[in-house]
Amino acid sequence: MFKRSLLLLGVALVATPLAACSQFYAQSPQPQGTAQPGASPAAGGTLDAAKSRGRLVCGVSGTLPGFSYVDQAGKYSGLDVDICRAVAAALFDDPNAVDFRNLNAKERFTALQAGEVDILSRNTTWTISRDTSVGLEFLPVTFYDGQGVMVRKSAGTKDLKGLQGKAVCMETGTTTEQNFADQMRKLGVKYTPLVFDDANAVYAAYEQGRCQAVSTDRSGLVSRRTTLKNPQDNIILETLLSKEPLAPAVKNGDSRWYDAVKWTIYGLIEAEELGINSQNIDQFAKSQDPVVRRLLGTEGNLGQGAGLPNDFVARAIRKVGNYGEIYSRNLGPGTQFNLPRGQNDIWAKGGLHYAPPFR
Amino acid sequence: MQIQSSAPPTPPTSPLNWVQKNLFSTWYNSILTLVCLAVIVWGLSSFISWVVSTAQWEIVGANLRLFFVGRFPHELYWRVWTALGLILSLAGICWGYIVRKSPLFSRTILFGLGALIAAILLLPIELSARLWILAIAIISIVGYAAGRKLPPNISPWLTAAWGLVFIVNLWLIGGGLGLTSVPTNVWSGLLLTLLTAICGIVLSFPFGVLLALGRQSSLPVVRAFSILYIEVVRGLPLIGILFLAQVMLPLFLPPYLRNLDRVLRAIAGLVLFSAAYLAENIRGGLQAIPRGQFEAAKALGLSPPLVVLLIVLPQALKAVIPAIVGQFIGLLKDTSLLSLFGLLELTGISRSILAQPQFLGRYAEVYLFIGLLYWLFCYGMSTASRYLERKLNVS
Amino acid sequence: MSSDQLPITNYLLPITHYHYMKLQKLLRDDRFWQIAGQAIAFLLVVILIALLWDNLTYNLRQLGIQLGFDFLGVQASFDIGETVIPYDPSNSYGQAIFVGLINSLRVVVLGLILATIFGLIFGIAQLSDNWLVQRLAVAYVEIFRNVPLLLQLFFWYFAVFLNLPGIENPIALFGAAYLTGQGVFFPWIEATAGAGIWLVLLLVGIVSAIALWRWRGRVMVERGRAGNQIWYALGSILGAIAIAFILTRSIPFRLNLPQATQGQIEGGLRLSPEFCALLAGLVIYTSSYIAEIVRAGILAVPKGQWEAARALGLKPNRIMQMVILPQALRVIIPPLTSQYLNLAKNSSLAIAVGFPDVYFVASTTFNQTGRAVEVMLLIMMTYLTTSLTISLVMNLYNRSVQIKER
Repeated sequence: MFKRSLLLLGVALVATPLAACSQFYAQSPQPQGTAQPGASPAAGGTLDAAKSRGRLVCGVSGTLPGFSYVDQAGKYSGLDVDICRAVAAALFDDPNAVDFRNLNAKERFTALQAGEVDILSRNTTWTISRDTSVGLEFLPVTFYDGQGVMVRKSAGTKDLKGLQGKAVCMETGTTTEQNFADQMRKLGVKYTPLVFDDANAVYAAYEQGRCQAVSTDRSGLVSRRTTLKNPQDNIILETLLSKEPLAPAVKNGDSRWYDAVKWTIYGLIEAEELGINSQNIDQFAKSQDPVVRRLLGTEGNLGQGAGLPNDFVARAIRKVGNYGEIYSRNLGPGTQFNLPRGQNDIWAKGGLHYAPPFR
Repeated sequence: MQIQSSAPPTPPTSPLNWVQKNLFSTWYNSILTLVCLAVIVWGLSSFISWVVSTAQWEIVGANLRLFFVGRFPHELYWRVWTALGLILSLAGICWGYIVRKSPLFSRTILFGLGALIAAILLLPIELSARLWILAIAIISIVGYAAGRKLPPNISPWLTAAWGLVFIVNLWLIGGGLGLTSVPTNVWSGLLLTLLTAICGIVLSFPFGVLLALGRQSSLPVVRAFSILYIEVVRGLPLIGILFLAQVMLPLFLPPYLRNLDRVLRAIAGLVLFSAAYLAENIRGGLQAIPRGQFEAAKALGLSPPLVVLLIVLPQALKAVIPAIVGQFIGLLKDTSLLSLFGLLELTGISRSILAQPQFLGRYAEVYLFIGLLYWLFCYGMSTASRYLERKLNVS
Repeated sequence: MSSDQLPITNYLLPITHYHYMKLQKLLRDDRFWQIAGQAIAFLLVVILIALLWDNLTYNLRQLGIQLGFDFLGVQASFDIGETVIPYDPSNSYGQAIFVGLINSLRVVVLGLILATIFGLIFGIAQLSDNWLVQRLAVAYVEIFRNVPLLLQLFFWYFAVFLNLPGIENPIALFGAAYLTGQGVFFPWIEATAGAGIWLVLLLVGIVSAIALWRWRGRVMVERGRAGNQIWYALGSILGAIAIAFILTRSIPFRLNLPQATQGQIEGGLRLSPEFCALLAGLVIYTSSYIAEIVRAGILAVPKGQWEAARALGLKPNRIMQMVILPQALRVIIPPLTSQYLNLAKNSSLAIAVGFPDVYFVASTTFNQTGRAVEVMLLIMMTYLTTSLTISLVMNLYNRSVQIKER
């Protein structure tokens, strides 16, 4: 009798979630042999999901001033943050219709894969393995960077060879570890890597003197140097260890969403090429130039093909600004970083940003 | 002839005698005492001098709000205060009910009142917070007085009241159904710690009971699965199970469900982990029930579900209350591991507070502060459980 | 019987009623439920696993990720901060995980030994009749048991070990050991030629010392003669050393003292701050639990045993050794086993202080390859094997201290 009731209890408890699961499972397309990555309609739901939610969910770092930083009051600012805001403005005409999620380097990919965030705008380097085997789809590069090393001025280190026998702090889950190991192997320099799971721990150990150098993307070094106790005691070496094209990413298998976000970002770059910014967009709206008219949506229906309203670029420019404005607001001469445009300028001015035509 | 009986003669106990007996009874005891005294004096003096002069406590004072409720919206604090008030008033009622036979004022009550007054006056919090604490304190004291007047046999109602308070608190903190909803990624600080710990232990209870009963069952298949689950989960570190829950759970769910909330995933991991340990504790209690109880229940004609509910579980659970409370204390401490997965509970939010540029390097202060918070909760709970155990066994 | 044809229902009704009664009888039969119930439970679990597996493969295919362990042969290209065996970034992921495993074992073995020692000390101190010592031990246990381990690790690493002075002006302990923010340096023994013979002979000496100890203990108990256990054991070890010295005519061990010379410290054994912080945190946390277990074990021995032993005139250390501890061990070993398992599992928190143990390296592998399922399986296998080994050894020991019924 004991066993019978036990049995019934067990059956009931196991059957209920199973029934629920099977009901949901029945709604999803059959997996056996028919699903092809990138083509299934069920996974193309991010654009519709975001639209019905009315808000964009954006994965950022939250601890990197200039790229994505949340201050004590909970306000987000930075280049990656503004890219998300531009996408939100394109979708909903409201740059504040964004929910930000702080993600550390370890969990950023799984959060995107699980659908917890719609876009990952977290200064992520575009590499082949991430594009293919980790299951991400990279959007246009928003910041061309390289990996650098920061040391103390008093140490007098001039280049990578000067790190012989020293300890170097890095964050786990990034391309930094591998790049650094590769370069040091090439130079034949022995060093001690100290890897932490949290960016704050990395800089804490550096500050305490546990390691004599820190390595990450140069933009990250410049940004975090401002948060150290005595920023001017630390110098960033001139050596660049690698190419680090930082780009936002979306999940594999969702081409509709991918196209929508990709062309929003290209719209920001194209606007800077054409000289359109948030101040003069209203004049440009009246322009007769067919290139401008197509971009701003006054003519043609380019937006519809991407699942967006035709004036999606105009919305983004008006509410957030073009790429140049975003850059100067967060990293430009008016900020504490004052990073020169360099590679991050548009192609016409000698940089690498180049948008395909809007036609 | 009457013989007067009197108490046996006790040797005179003066302080000097006590010192001699307890501290200096033998030569090695004397050496030990001197060494310990030296260590204590040196340790305490350097610690106190550090606390008072070298340490900079502004980081704690400036971020009290972040520590306790994290990034909860400021204008919705009344909901957190209400939730706290509900819990404390119900706790007051229960406590009054349990100690209704004891005298009205005891050392603990006076100590508690003193601590309360000190908290209201000395803590660097804003005026509205002080008023809230005062209001909650008054309501709890009234609840305590009311609890003493409650008739006995009201325990089932009190348990039901706790269940109701739990659900109402979830509604107050999460929102929805009339209140502005607060997304779970904003829950942080001590609020998230307590929420995940309480949800974890409450949800793991039925699973733990089922696993324990399954392990005791005579059906080989059920027993085999229970043992497999328990042994596999107990062999893994909690960080591995949380990794499983955060990273792999979404891969195991159908696409519709894949977007599970991160806090839910963390609670799922904690529940999976704690159910196995609870099952082992409850198994100990199940084994302690004499066989005569089962036979008497059968003789009385009770059906099996009733036997489990009325005879087996009450005795088993009562026997392992200390172990279950220990499990809850362990779970509260284990919530600190959620900080390694990006959830900003007390440990996690202290790490991000330590990254604030104006307060760099204040590790000792912050870690001592939250260590003190954890210690207060855990030590308080273990003391309360020992006290409760004594009371429940006697009454 | 009438010759008229009865309506068909009249024929059906007795039949269905008959079957209904048989079904009822079956449902009331316990044996039916025993078999059917297990079959149902088995079926349900199989269906659940099949559903989960289906979901998993579907999701993985959606994301374009394959399942398979071939990634273990791929070049790791990341470096590991602390290794005991030679490793460089051109080695494979599998070798990296092996390095992590050795690091984990280092911490776990050392941690188990130290935690037991500390736990025994503080456990017995809690029962001392010296008021101060007893209170201090209770305070130690209550403080370190009730604070989360992760917090203690952070505290040890960031607030203690990283705050030690730099390598230019280290803190010197007794002139031989140095505490710095780069690590702890202390004297270590270096083995030169001929050390193999010494080690073998020393091992033989220790094993025979233990055997002699137990023999003399049996002699004391059975024949009541003086045991002189310590003399026999010491004699055995000294004899082994003497034989080794005669055979090799040299002492092949050299003391390697750390020397502090202008901003560097050469020589000695260096333990990194990460290792030290992890070890300190684990040992102190686990020893507070072990102290409680030891105390409970000793208190579980009936008071009559103490009184009888004293009445027999045994000295206090003999009472502990021959009467109390053997009985207390029966109560101590099972919870001690679970504390050992906890220590082994808690060593996975090394990720918080940057010490490359097996979980950390596996986690880095996952980050770089995206293979969640395989890495998870590897971690599970590692920890389950470690747990099973510790359980097995402790259970064997447990069986040897249990009461042997006649």
